[in-house]
Amino acid sequence: MEQTTDQPAAAGAGIEALAQAIERLVDGVSRLPSLAHELAYRLEPARLLEACRVLREAPELRFEMLMDVCGVDYLQFGREEWLTTGATRSGFSRAREVNAPPDPDMPERFAVVYQLLSVTHNARVRLRVVCPDTREPMVDSLVQIWPSANWFERETFDLFGILFRGHPDLRRILTDYGFIGHPFRKDFPLIGNVETRYDPERKRVVYEPVSIVPRVLAPKVIRHDNRYEPALSAPELPR
Amino acid sequence: MEANSPTTAAASASAPGNLAEIRNYTMNFGPQHPSAHGVLRLVLELDGETIQKADPHIGLLHRGTEKLAESKPFNHSIGYMDRLDYVSMMCNEHAYVLAIERLLGITPPERAQYIRVMFDEITRILNHLMWLGAHALDIGAMTVFLLCFKEREELMDVYEAVSGTRMHATYYRPGGVYRDLPESMPKYQVSKWRSAKEVERLNETRSGSMLDFIDAFAARFPAAVADYETLLTDNRIWKQRTVNIGVVPPERAMALGFSGPMLRGSGVAWDLRKKQPYEVYDQMDFDIPVGTNGDCYDRYLVRVEELRQSTRIVRQCVDWLRKHPGPVMIDDRKVRPPSREHMKGDMESLIHHFKFFTEGYTVPLGETYAAVEAPKGEFGIYLISDGANKPYRLKCRAPGFAHLASLEEMVRGHMLADVVAVIGTQDIVFGEVDR
Repeated sequence: MEQTTDQPAAAGAGIEALAQAIERLVDGVSRLPSLAHELAYRLEPARLLEACRVLREAPELRFEMLMDVCGVDYLQFGREEWLTTGATRSGFSRAREVNAPPDPDMPERFAVVYQLLSVTHNARVRLRVVCPDTREPMVDSLVQIWPSANWFERETFDLFGILFRGHPDLRRILTDYGFIGHPFRKDFPLIGNVETRYDPERKRVVYEPVSIVPRVLAPKVIRHDNRYEPALSAPELPR
Repeated sequence: MEANSPTTAAASASAPGNLAEIRNYTMNFGPQHPSAHGVLRLVLELDGETIQKADPHIGLLHRGTEKLAESKPFNHSIGYMDRLDYVSMMCNEHAYVLAIERLLGITPPERAQYIRVMFDEITRILNHLMWLGAHALDIGAMTVFLLCFKEREELMDVYEAVSGTRMHATYYRPGGVYRDLPESMPKYQVSKWRSAKEVERLNETRSGSMLDFIDAFAARFPAAVADYETLLTDNRIWKQRTVNIGVVPPERAMALGFSGPMLRGSGVAWDLRKKQPYEVYDQMDFDIPVGTNGDCYDRYLVRVEELRQSTRIVRQCVDWLRKHPGPVMIDDRKVRPPSREHMKGDMESLIHHFKFFTEGYTVPLGETYAAVEAPKGEFGIYLISDGANKPYRLKCRAPGFAHLASLEEMVRGHMLADVVAVIGTQDIVFGEVDR
C-alpha cells in the first residue's frame, strides 16, 4: 500500500526531496531551521487553507493526518526570569523581583504550530503560522481539511485565546465552566487568578482571588554552553 | 416513545386529542460513572435508546502539566509525564526524554536503549491488560478483569524493583536510565496470611535476577493470553457487543487523527516502531497486527495480538541484556549527576551536584517533535527550547485526545449500551486527555 522504508523519517536524502516537493507545490511557505531529520515551514496566514489543501491532496505529499495543533506564546522567549548581572553586588532578589515584563502587545506574539504526518510517504512536516494581530489573534480553521483539527483548535483557543475562523464549534474544552482568561499565555500566572472551595454557609462552591504570592522557585537561566552546538545553526529564533 | 417530562405532560394536557409531543432525552453520562473510565462527562441526546448526539465534556482532570513543565528545569518534569497516561507510564517518559535528547544531540548507551525498549513493551502489556480487563468488565465479563490484574501485579513488581514505585516510575533520564537492572527481585515473606508453602510457590521465579523473573513471566504469559482469548474471542455475547460496533473506515480513521490500535484496527498498517523506529526497535523481530473491519472486535483482536508481540520483544531484550553488561547512562557530566562517592569527597563535584539538581542543565535553542508508539497510539512531545534550563513550551500530543474527539461520530446511531463499548475500545485515560 505504500513505499515506506524502515528508516526513520530522518533519512537525509528523503527529507530534501520532500522539501523540494513542498517548495515547488505549495505557495507562501518559507523553510525554518530545524534539526537534521525534521522539516519545518512557516506559512503565510492568508494562504494557510490553500497550502494545507495542497499538502493533503498532492500525490507527492499526501499529508493525510494532522497529528497535533499547538499554540505558542512568544512573550518571554529568550528572556531570563531574574536579573542576575548585578547580583554579586546587591544580592539576589530572592524570587520576588522578576525581569521587567515585556510588552503584551508585541508583534508576532502568538503562533500556531501544526504537525502533519503522511502515512503514504512516511514523512512528517511541521507548519508554523504566526497570528498577524496580537490583540485579536486569529487564523483560519483547518476543520474542513482535517476533521481532527476540531478539538485541537478548541484546545488552542481555550488555552491561548487564539481564534479559528470558520471553526464550527469554538467552545472552551479543558478549563472550567465559566473560566476567565487563557491559562497558557505567558502572562497568566502559574497559580492562576482564582481559587475555589466549598462554602458551607452559602452551601455552594465559591471562587475567590488566590491567596498565595507567586514565586519563582527555580529561576530560568540561559547559559551559552560552548560544549554543545546549538540545535539550530541559525542565530535567529525559530519563528 | 412517549416523553414524560413535566413540560410535555402539561403541553399534551392543554391540547387534548393531539399526539403527545415527542422529545429527545438529554442525559448526563458521568463524570462519576464506572465505565466512563475516569472523569468523562458525556452529554447524550437520546431518541429512545438510540444516540442522536454525544458531546463529551472533558477537562475535569486538567492539571496544566504543560504549563507546570514550563516552570521547572527539564529533569523535574519527568515524573509529571508518568501521570499523563497513568496506565502506560514509561512510554510517556520515553517521548519526553527523547525530545530532550534530540535537542541536546546525545544518544544513550545501547544497554539503556534496550532497557527502554524492554520497559516500553512491559508498559504496553500493562496497559493492554488494564484495557482488556476494564473493557471486558464494562461489557459484562468479570472473570477476565481478575485474570488480567493477576498478571499485571507481576509487572508492577518489576516496575517497583527497577524504580522503587509501582506506577509512577520516573525511571528514564535524558541520556539513559536512572540505574541498571537489579540483581535480585524482592520476595514475599511468611506472615499470618501467607504460609511457608504459599510463599515458596510465590517466590519460585523470584530467586534469580530481575531478568530471570521477566523471562519467566514472558515464558508463561502467552498461555495466559490464550486463556483470555478462550473466554472472549469466540464468546457469543462478546461478539454481539463488539462486532460492527463503532466502525471506522481507514480513510476516516486517518482524517480523524487516529493512531495506535485504533488506526491498525481499521486496517492501516502504521506503527512507529516499524515505520520510524526509535531506540533499538529496528533490531527487534515482531509483527504488526492489523484489523479489517475497523469495529470494536477488530480492535480487540489487534490489542490481544499486541500482547503476544510485546512478549516477543521483551524476550529478545532479555536475551540481549543478559549478554551485554555495560553503562546505562551516558558519560556526560552535563546531564548526569556526579557519583555519590565523588560528591562526598570532592568540592567541585558537590557544587556540580547542587547546581545539577537545583538549576539543571540548559538545552540549546531549538525545537523538536518526538513521538513514540505508546500503547494507546502516537504519544508525541513537541518541545521548544529558548536555550534555558526549562522548556519554553512543551506540548503533549495525547493519542486519547484525538480518539475521544471522534466519540460522537462513532456512537451516533448506536444504542446507549454501545457507548460503553466504544469508550472502552478507545482506551481512554483522562490523565492524558485532560493533561
